[in-house]
Formats: sequence, C-alpha cells, structure tokens
Amino acid sequence: MRDVAAIGVGMTKWGELWDKSLRTIFAETALLAIDDAGVDRIDSMVVGCMSSGLFVGQEHLGSMLADYLGRVPVPAARVESACSSGGLALRQGFIEVASGMSDIVLVAGVEKMTDVTGCEATYALGTAADQEYEGFHGLTFPGLYAMMAVAHMHKYGTTREQLAMVAVKNHDNGSKNPLAQFPFKVTIDAVLNSVLVADPLRILDCSPITDGAAAVILCPADMAKKMKKRVIRIAGSGQATDTIALSSRKDITWIESTDLAARKALAMAGRKIEDLQLFEVHDCFTIAEIMVTEALGIAEKGRGGRAVEEGLTSLTGKFPVNPSGGLKAKGHPVGATGVAQAVEVIKQLRGEAGERQVKGAKRGLTQNMGGTGGSSVVHVFEAE
Amino acid sequence: MTGIVGYGAYIPRNRIKVEEIAKVWGADAPSYKRGLMLEEKSVPSPDQDTISMSVEASKRALKRAGIDPREIGAVYVGSESHPYAVKPSGTVLAEAIDATPDVHTADLEFACKAGTEGMFVALSLVQAGAVKYGLAVGADTSQGAPGDALEYSAAAGAAAFIFGADGIVAESVATYSYTTDTPDFWRREYQYYPQHGGRFTGDPAYFKHIMGAARGLMARAKMKPGDFDYVVFHQPNGKFPLRVGEMLGFTKKQIEPGWLVPKLGNTYSGSSPLGLTATLDIAKPGQMILVVSYGSGAGSDAFIFKVTKRIDEVRDLAPKTRDLLDDHKNYLEYGVYAKYRRKIRKAE
Amino acid sequence: MPTPSRSWREIPQRYRLEAGKCRGCGYVCFPPRVVCPHCGSREFGQTKLAGAGKLLTYTIIRVPPQPFEDQAPYAVGIAELDDGVKLTAQVVDCDFADLKVGLRVALEFRRVYEEGEAGVIYYGYKFVPE
Repeated sequence: MRDVAAIGVGMTKWGELWDKSLRTIFAETALLAIDDAGVDRIDSMVVGCMSSGLFVGQEHLGSMLADYLGRVPVPAARVESACSSGGLALRQGFIEVASGMSDIVLVAGVEKMTDVTGCEATYALGTAADQEYEGFHGLTFPGLYAMMAVAHMHKYGTTREQLAMVAVKNHDNGSKNPLAQFPFKVTIDAVLNSVLVADPLRILDCSPITDGAAAVILCPADMAKKMKKRVIRIAGSGQATDTIALSSRKDITWIESTDLAARKALAMAGRKIEDLQLFEVHDCFTIAEIMVTEALGIAEKGRGGRAVEEGLTSLTGKFPVNPSGGLKAKGHPVGATGVAQAVEVIKQLRGEAGERQVKGAKRGLTQNMGGTGGSSVVHVFEAE
Repeated sequence: MTGIVGYGAYIPRNRIKVEEIAKVWGADAPSYKRGLMLEEKSVPSPDQDTISMSVEASKRALKRAGIDPREIGAVYVGSESHPYAVKPSGTVLAEAIDATPDVHTADLEFACKAGTEGMFVALSLVQAGAVKYGLAVGADTSQGAPGDALEYSAAAGAAAFIFGADGIVAESVATYSYTTDTPDFWRREYQYYPQHGGRFTGDPAYFKHIMGAARGLMARAKMKPGDFDYVVFHQPNGKFPLRVGEMLGFTKKQIEPGWLVPKLGNTYSGSSPLGLTATLDIAKPGQMILVVSYGSGAGSDAFIFKVTKRIDEVRDLAPKTRDLLDDHKNYLEYGVYAKYRRKIRKAE
Repeated sequence: MPTPSRSWREIPQRYRLEAGKCRGCGYVCFPPRVVCPHCGSREFGQTKLAGAGKLLTYTIIRVPPQPFEDQAPYAVGIAELDDGVKLTAQVVDCDFADLKVGLRVALEFRRVYEEGEAGVIYYGYKFVPE
C-alpha cells in the first residue's frame, strides 16, 4: 500500500443556506479544495451523503456531482453509512490511492437538509436507526441518544451539568471558527434551560440541522512531495460496524464500533492515543462526545463526564476534543461532517487554524459515527 | 351443554368527571350527575381503539378458558366504532390471538347490542356443532357530540367471551331476541357524531325492548325474577337499568354487581357484556344470571347463564372488572380529553 | 406512502411477538433472522417472547418524527424481557414522573400509528407498567 497525503481542503460557511442547492454547495466547496491543492486533474470522486433522496429527492449523486463539477466522465460514487458517510468517503478515497487504483481523488461530503420541514428532517435522520423495530415505535435520534444518556447517567453517575459542559466547550471553540454555523459561546445555564427535545437532552445538547459541504484532495505522499506540498499523511484508517438497533448492543453505555475502529486506525499508524494532539469527534449529541472519549481511550470507561468537567478535553487541555466547535457549534450537514473533521485536522496540522490552533499539533484523529454507533470510521493524520 | 368457557374485560385507565365536562359547556354538573346517576366515564388514549381493546380482552378470556387459540373456529367483534369503515376488526383480532387462518370472522354492528349479537352467533355455532369454540367481543370507543347529553356518558371498554361445549364456566340455559324498527338513536354515514330522539329513547325504545326481551326469555325458560341471583341490563346511564329492573320486578341487590355505569359510563357494545364479566367475577357456582342488552334501532338480546363450579378455578386467572374500573385511574382535563377524542379540528 | 406490504410482513412479530430460536446456540432473534449473529447457524425454531420485563432505559420524545406528530410527548424505552431479549417500544399508561430504570413493564397491544386520516392503521406492542 502506498502512503496517502491530503493536499487540498475546502469548506464554505455552514448554516441554513436557503439560496443554495445541493449541487451548488457541493461544487463551490469542491472547487475550493481543488484550488487549494493546485491540481488540474481528478482521477476519481467519492462523495458522502446520507440521504439526498429523502431531503431533496435526488439520488445518483455520482453522476450529478461529477457533472456539476464539470468533470464528467470521471468515475464517481456516493457512499453512505448514515452520519458517518463523510468518514466513509474519506476511507474509500484513501483505499483508492493507497491501493494504487487512482492517484488524485476528490473526497467530499455534502448534505442539504433545509428543503424539508423539521418533522420530515427528524424522520429522514431516523432512517439511520432500525426502521421496523425502533423507528416504527416513534423513536428519533435525540430519543435514542437520550436513552443512552439515561443509562450512562444511571450506571456511572454522569450528570446533566457534565453534558452541558460539552456544549459550552464546543461553542467556545466554535466561536473561533469563522465557518461555523453558530460561531458564538453559550453558558451552562443556557443549555440547562433550553427546550427539551428528548429527556434529558435539550435543544442545546443537540447538533443542528445544517446545509453544507466539505472536501479534501488526496494523492500519493510521493506525489505531494514532488509538488513541494506540506505532507499531511493519512497514517491510519479503521472502520467497524455494530448492531443497527440500540437494544441489540451488549452494553448500551459503550460505543464498541468506535473502540474497534480506533484500535485498527491507531495500529495501522503505529501510534497510541496519547501520541495524538487533537481529536475531531462525532458530538451529534453531548452524550455522544462523552461516550466517544471513553471509547477512544481518552477517558476511562464511565469517566467521560468527569474528563470534560476537569478540562481534559478543552482546547488547552491534554486531549483537545473538537477544536473546530464540533457538530454542535460548527453544524452537522450529515454526510459532510466526516470530511469536515478531516479538513479541521489537516488545517490544524498545517498550523492554519487561527485562534483555535492547538499548539504543536503534529498528529490528529477524526472519529465519525453513524446512527447510535452502528458504524464508526476513524482516521489518524500525521504531519511529516 | 354449551356456554361460556372463558371471559375477559378491558377498560382504559383514563377517566373524565362529569364536572369537568359540565364546566366547559356551562352546564349544571350536579343535575347531570343526579339525572344520569353518573360520576365519571372511561376515555380511551389515542392508541386505544375497538381493535386494541378487543385483543387485550380476548387474551384475558383465553387465559381463563385455557384453550389453544387455534381451536377457535369463529371470531366476532361487535362495535359501533370499528376503526375502519371497510376492513374488519375481527381479522386483526383473530391474527393477534393466533386463531388464523382456520377461522370464520365477521364484524357486527347494531348500536349498543353489537357485542351480545356476536355472543348470540358464536354460541349458536357452538350449539350447532359447527365450531369447537367461538369468540365474541363487545367493544366500543363511543363518541358523544360536544355539549350533548351523550358526551357525559359515551365511554370506552371491551368484554370478550369464548363459547364452547367443554370446560364451561357459565352454562347457556336459554336465549331470546326481541327486535323492532325503532329509530331512537342513529348515525348516518360520514357523520362524525350520532343523533338521538331525546326522550323518545326512553319508553318506546330502551324500556320496551328490554322488557320485551326479558319477559319473552323468562316465559320461554319458565322463570321469574326471583329465580335469578343477578341481572345485567344495558347501561346507557345509571338510572335506566335501575328503573327497568324495578319495572320487571328485580331488586337493586340483583342489579348491583353488574351495574358499572356510574364510574364507567356507557361503553355501548361493551355495556352489558362488561356488566356480565363483573358479575361472573363474583358469582358462585349454581347461581343464575339474566343478561339483557339493548341496541338502538332497536332490539334486545337476552341470555340466561347458570354458573358452574369451574368459575372458582378461572376467576383469578385474569384481572377482575371492578379492579380495572377502580385502580390506576388517570383523570383528564377537558382539553386533553377533546384532543384524545379528536374533537379538535386540525389543519387538513 | 408505502404499500401496506412492508408492515403486513411484520405482523407475526408485532401482533404475536414471534421470534426465532437458534438451533445451534439457543439465541433468540427478534425479529427472526436468516443467520444467527452469535454462532452463524442457519437453522432456527420458532418461539414467542416473554410478556414482561424491566426497563433498562427510557426517554420522553418531545420533538416527534412525522407520523407521530400528534402523539408527542410520549415515552419510549428499552426493556429486558424476562427471557433475556431486549426490546424497544413506547411506554404508555405511565406518568412521566414514574419512569425509572428497573421499572417492571408488561407488553400490551395498542395502535402505534396511522397513515393520515385515510391510510392504514398499524398495530403493535407497547410497554405498560406491570
């Protein structure tokens, strides 16, 4: 397998982009990445998108987006693993370059979520769960994560305040991110008093509905060196699945798929979690970040709440988590998130993260998750 | 010998008091309570309907009957609030209790006597030897027009009876039906609420048919009111069954065990059937029960049951009617009641 | 609107809690499966789930998905049934304040949702306090 480098990144401001369609959002973002990479040729495109069919009635994104980027007949595929579609696209692009199948691959993620009502969006997001045995009973994603929170709080004593601290930290970071949907701070009180979505989760525990895209250009590390690019290498990639239904899990307070995917990615990179300086993780809900930090080994099992309370995962802490603002403050256009996590890590490793720069960042990790942990995709990045 | 081999009741937990309804419409609650002899009624949650209640009542009947549901050859659901205008309630019930596919199913309607109608038919098939066991359910989630007198009493509940020729809990001694064309209460298709003839629903309707059926059956069986331990009448309100009982020569003591309406309301097709399940819950072997239903339109079905020894073995195998009536009640305000009963007009 | 076939297919599970019991290792699959996720066996017998259990977790949905718009707020939970099988369903006839991990619940047949005023009505199981 060849070494793979990321030589271009692209992302525009995320939010409710009423005047931009899915194809426009994608094309503008992809062009930013292509320009940043300074390439004139693309050998292959992989796009992560959870549910363009339900949100805008459009499938066949490979063809459509290759077309709107002006790049037909490039081979193009849309991949899906619910909210980890972006991370999955990154992995597929990585495999294509590493295997020698393609040289220059455009990896992108996109989601256009605001052309449907809130209820319809909740339904579309719910298709990441077991339709016949969870969705059929009226479950939603906030509902599923709320049940994980109730169980985690019951078993480990995780508190409502600790959940709120995740939102506060991520908004603090997000306030330093000009591309974030919500670039402002929030207080613990604001979180605790915001409207209930699924007890105990409140609206400020939940990542928002967002339109947006992110893109990365991958190529062999040797080619990057020849182009005189700063080589940011994808040192490890791991993916794992778990049962689709939360009720089938061995332990509903533990995200096994993240544990397994991270082990694989770290093993491939030849690194331990302590060797890394920053982590972009899937905080679709505040409880998710807490559980992911445990699954990654940043915090001991059951002590994820304690970790955020003690500042372990703050921007200046030992294990900065979500310097970008995370899904909570940056936004969560579902299929785009996994790629945006990579964009952040790459910028950080290049020293281009401005006010939210993690000092001395040389190695970073992205963790992207689908459903309630039915899929996890983890990548490790290293600056050469 | 044929008769009831298993019985079961289901009553939703929600209640609304007469005062709560009266206050919204500016009516005088005490006079309604006195006039109707009614305090509160049951209200179905939005996820309860004739079908769901029939299933639970039937499962309870199966527990008492102790039979394999595959041996049930007929399933009848009598209601005036079948969830579909076209698609049977009976098929969902039959499927849910695992009686399909070797089963005859029909939905019945005849205002409030659709339940006893089903009982009539199921019992007859068993007597004819055409089926081994027949299941009949009387269930309703009755509607009363907002502000109308019926709003105080229209309630929800279900009672299920399995008929057979062995393992009998209450033997069928005699049956009789009395029918005329009397338009006292009706609902045209596409109308949301029923209409009724006011005081016309009394003497020419309820009283005439109940008395006609009771007298006709007692004549046929050569029995008098004093020969019965208990009598169950259709209960549209608290007053009517007491009055018709008095007119026929029954005592309040005979009526009381099956007189559920003051705290339950009128469960329409479930009304006399639930009165019967409540009576069976306390009856002793050898006792005689007379049941007379009434359905507007109009008609009455009458049954005489003789309780057997087996009642002592099965009584406690499923919840008792009075416990369902009295325990775990959840009182609703009118607004929530109106929302549950879909009386609030929403956007199309 | 989908055809009724998708839900009709699940009737044995939704109405009668019919499950598959792996002939290899005894694992109970609900719904029944083609291959056992524990031992890989492809041979199954039929069984039914236990009718009661205890809540492992729960929540109250206040922002519902489309077909449940009129029902919110409603409680849902995951219960471990007395036969060890874990099941997800709504929790009804229970004051929100009484919901707790460990609550004993039984399964009851209820209406789950309907496809608008004119569509099919879907029935299934829900948890009620035991």
